[in-house]
Amino acid sequence: MSSREKILSAIRSLTLESKALPDIPNFSNSGDLVERFTQSISGNKGEVLSKGELEEWFSSSGFSKVISRSSQFSELATLSLPEDPHALETLEVAILDGQFGVAENGAIWLEDRQLGLRALPFATEHLVIVLDRNLLEDTMHQGYEKIAAAHSGFGLFLAGPSKTADIEQSLVIGAQGAKSLRVVLI
Amino acid sequence: MTHPENAAEFLKDSQKAKWHDETLWFVRDKRDKVSKGIPEWEQLRELASGIKDNVLANLADYLEEFERNATKNGIIVHWAADSEEHNRLVLEILQQQNCTAVVKSKSILTEECHLNPYLEKHGVEVVDTDLGERIVQFLNQPPSHIVLPAIHLKKGEISELFHEKLNTEKGNEDPAYLTQAARVHLREKFFAAKVAITGVNFGIAETGEFIVCTNEGNADMGVHLAQVHIACMGIEKILPRRKDLGVFLRLLARSATGQPITNYNSHFRSPSPGKEIHIILVDNGRTAQLAREKFRNSLKCIRCGACMNTCPIYRRSGGFSYNSTVPGPIGSILSPGLDLKKHSSLPFASTLCGSCTDVCPVKINIHEQLYEWRQEVTKTQGEFAKGLAMKLASGIFKSPLAYKISGSLMRNALKSLPNSLIYHPLNSWGKNRNLPDAPKESFQQWYRKNRS
Amino acid sequence: MKANSPSVALFIPCYVDQFYPQVGIATLELLEKLGCKVTYPSGQTCCGQPLANAGYARDTVGTATHFIETFNDYDYVVCPSGSCTLHVKEHFPAIAGLEKEQEALGHKIYELIEFITDVLKIEKLEGKFPHRVGFHSSCHGQRGLHLSSGSELNQPPYNKARKLLENLAGLEWVELSRTDECCGFGGTFAVTEEALSIQMGKDRLADHLEHKTEILTGGDMSCIMHLQGIATRSKQELKFLHLAEILNQSLS
Ligand code: SF4
Repeated sequence: MSSREKILSAIRSLTLESKALPDIPNFSNSGDLVERFTQSISGNKGEVLSKGELEEWFSSSGFSKVISRSSQFSELATLSLPEDPHALETLEVAILDGQFGVAENGAIWLEDRQLGLRALPFATEHLVIVLDRNLLEDTMHQGYEKIAAAHSGFGLFLAGPSKTADIEQSLVIGAQGAKSLRVVLI
Repeated sequence: MTHPENAAEFLKDSQKAKWHDETLWFVRDKRDKVSKGIPEWEQLRELASGIKDNVLANLADYLEEFERNATKNGIIVHWAADSEEHNRLVLEILQQQNCTAVVKSKSILTEECHLNPYLEKHGVEVVDTDLGERIVQFLNQPPSHIVLPAIHLKKGEISELFHEKLNTEKGNEDPAYLTQAARVHLREKFFAAKVAITGVNFGIAETGEFIVCTNEGNADMGVHLAQVHIACMGIEKILPRRKDLGVFLRLLARSATGQPITNYNSHFRSPSPGKEIHIILVDNGRTAQLAREKFRNSLKCIRCGACMNTCPIYRRSGGFSYNSTVPGPIGSILSPGLDLKKHSSLPFASTLCGSCTDVCPVKINIHEQLYEWRQEVTKTQGEFAKGLAMKLASGIFKSPLAYKISGSLMRNALKSLPNSLIYHPLNSWGKNRNLPDAPKESFQQWYRKNRS
Repeated sequence: MKANSPSVALFIPCYVDQFYPQVGIATLELLEKLGCKVTYPSGQTCCGQPLANAGYARDTVGTATHFIETFNDYDYVVCPSGSCTLHVKEHFPAIAGLEKEQEALGHKIYELIEFITDVLKIEKLEGKFPHRVGFHSSCHGQRGLHLSSGSELNQPPYNKARKLLENLAGLEWVELSRTDECCGFGGTFAVTEEALSIQMGKDRLADHLEHKTEILTGGDMSCIMHLQGIATRSKQELKFLHLAEILNQSLS
């Protein structure tokens, strides 16, 4: 008997009392979505800023390796998306369009379509996500409702920069992945 | 060593023990605060528990549905009955790829299977990429906590370790500096690895996708750069529907560390063009636990670590005191199912205070299962079975007369015995605690005189 | 005493009977002051909890049977210990032939404070107790019998003991840093995990001392016995009283 059969038949040999799958109510909160989203992102150690503020940061930083997948900021790009993700090793900034955000925790949904390369938001040193302020959902429940039927090989709720607290519980931003997250609400 | 011995050892470094307690209490306190910001928190726990109950009641069906959908998506599904088979499967995939160096993100399952030593024995270098796990790996230690693997170490120790392993400045204990050094070291590994291994937080039957959550982004750094992704998943990690994730992702990080969500929550449905995703569905004792009615719902665990952070024992004895892959309250109800003899002291490493049960996001009745495991341990004459003495006591309790006699005997003994005997080091009540003063009469005697 | 007052049987846990008769007396006098007809059924013994928690629940059939029979003829059973009450309610082995009686017992047994607030429906007691009182929340009382809200749960805060105490003139309630952490008694745990048990007790005491507790009280004498044992060993200036003693004293 294969292990597959062994495991499945071991389970099927048990008499297990049937338990109904509960329905999930549509929980929602009150409060302004933009305000709550902004708070959540800063709680996650990211930053919400305006288009102008981003441009300012950009011009003062002088980045030379920038990939932009957002039509909002196509003029900032200095590189096009490579074929091989290993070429992202020294990438300084990636700019992506987010599909929608979730107010309760700042999570932003991204799929293959936005990413181009799945490694992009992780390998880059700084990450910028452009998000339509009208595309904010209240909680994760509404978020999943939105992507219930979506089909992407890879999808991700991204909520902040790479961070760790593994050394004496001191929070450090910029562990292995992106060192910063900036969200531009338009 | 048994848990009490290990705990006593841990407490000897009283300053560090105090730090350990306070640091984890702080994490629990953050969890309390953030959970109180969600009015439907208790309802969410109830839902999560209900969904998991349904999963366990229909596990075989869901596993088949998951397999069907994952296969349709182009994921290669494997099944492993035990840890040996799991390890063998991983090695075979690595050998097919001619891969001798892998990166691995946090996976308690691979710890449970002792995958690292197995692969190393077969000439494969394994790099744990979670910062905390990399730290303990450098020390040849297992993680001491399932969410905070290096919580037993102080930054001075890590600084010294990094000086030796990563050539950081001697004496520089700045966490940001040390993390940066690890970043450089690990990114080099990510960009070089052909295969990446991850654990799995949730597998979705309906879609055949699986979800991996991290804060560091290390799982994604590994898999998206590698050619092949191997995901190791316990068979209990299944959820029926994609929308169930709404419930579980709202609970997981809040329970674990008090953050509203982990920063990266990746949904893997099919490989990038030209790449491979393998998923290994592992039993390794889970079907046996499913068969134990009283302990079945320990399989609902989503490994958030909240029961460890809240446990007054765990906080004061450290993860290693449990001598089991999963420490703390949940470990103490999972491990006896794997090896009752070895883990017989764990169900007693608790006051049955019940705090674990009340923080658990999937409402596992942890402290009640600890109580039940005690009943099992004593049946097998584990080291805590004090059969004879207890039988005797039971005989006394059963008889009112004997009880009275023994009671006054006890009081008289306390009066007449010299303190040196009562507080003898072998008498563990009296070692660091006084006994109550013996009253001149019991309540029964008083009552008989005054009320009847 | 009112003619129609319910018949209350006192269940005095074995260690209270033997070591803290004054707590049994205070419980009895307090209930009488509140208008109950109180009896102490003779022949009662330990509820079997120490044995069951040590993993020998199967050997407590005899004690449980005896317990059910002893307390069968009363309207209520009241006990000045949350832990023992919980044991009777939830951890008695099923006794064949006494199913009905056992079921009834589970519904008529109360911990002292919940009996006062939930059955006697007493909202406040008129009395005086001019002291700084620190409350030790027993785990079985709180998480088992729900005598107070737990810090872990998202629920409106409440505390049945506090409600009664706070009304006493002059009483100052001590706010602790950790309102409901376990003291480390835990029955057999106190001796099998001695080092941890002591450390947990010391930590609880430190919290009380830091917040200037004058009298440490609680609803479970076992926790108090443990804490008091540690405090007296290290010669700490804390006084210890059971809730029944405070309430009884303040009403006189
Ligand atoms: S038992 Fe519950 S609290 Fe403990 S790790 Fe598992 S899910 Fe979290």
